[in-house]
Amino acid sequence: MNTLRVAIEREADIVLARQAGRQLAQQLGFSTTDQTLIATAISEVARNIVVYANHGEILLSTADEEGRVGIQVVATDAGPGIDNKDLAMRDGYSTKNSLGLGLPGAKRLMDDFNLESEIGRGTTVTMKKWKR
Amino acid sequence: MPVPILKQGDTLIASVVAALTDDDLVLLRDELAQKIGKVRAKSVVIDVTALDVLDSFATRTLRGIAYTARLRGAETVIVGIQPDVAFAMVQLGLTLEGVATALDLEEGLALLARRREHP
Repeated sequence: MNTLRVAIEREADIVLARQAGRQLAQQLGFSTTDQTLIATAISEVARNIVVYANHGEILLSTADEEGRVGIQVVATDAGPGIDNKDLAMRDGYSTKNSLGLGLPGAKRLMDDFNLESEIGRGTTVTMKKWKR
Repeated sequence: MPVPILKQGDTLIASVVAALTDDDLVLLRDELAQKIGKVRAKSVVIDVTALDVLDSFATRTLRGIAYTARLRGAETVIVGIQPDVAFAMVQLGLTLEGVATALDLEEGLALLARRREHP
């Protein structure tokens, strides 16, 4: 399975990541509405990398499970990690003076969402959206 | 890519032509705040028709632009939010509370004209 890697080093890379995600979603045959939802979710998790960890990467690949086809987005960084995952997933909670909608919002935009984080080790968000 | 700002009467029109980075948005906010004073603008129209994504940062910055403009004495209308973009914003939980929106540039200018006649 091919994996597309987008390095996230600065905020301009956020745009590159979401454009790459939209392109893959389009190739996989997602509707334009779903392409927009996927691109927006990528924008949110990519911004979290820039804001909280300074750098990391977005990995885009095809997801294939039990005959279902979808897109998998992995956002990973070696940043400070998230102290309280429950709080981080709560609407309106932010430690960086943002709207606090990034993680919970991305979860709503995608079908599957998993957050793994360890203090001092980093954070990995894995999310998928399936074709309807 | 920086956003060009045009002046038509006492309205400033900012047409976003390509994907905006965070820096572009912040630059737009600062330039509009300056220009409102320089040309004594009463209203600002921001056309986002070309944007395929409005994420939480972009939304917050647009709202900030509108609030800043209001404090400088000008009303802002955001025009051209695409259907898919609007849907994604709702899913994300984003609102443009207290900021006027219109379908496109034409409707946005008409809204401003009506407001001027019937404040």
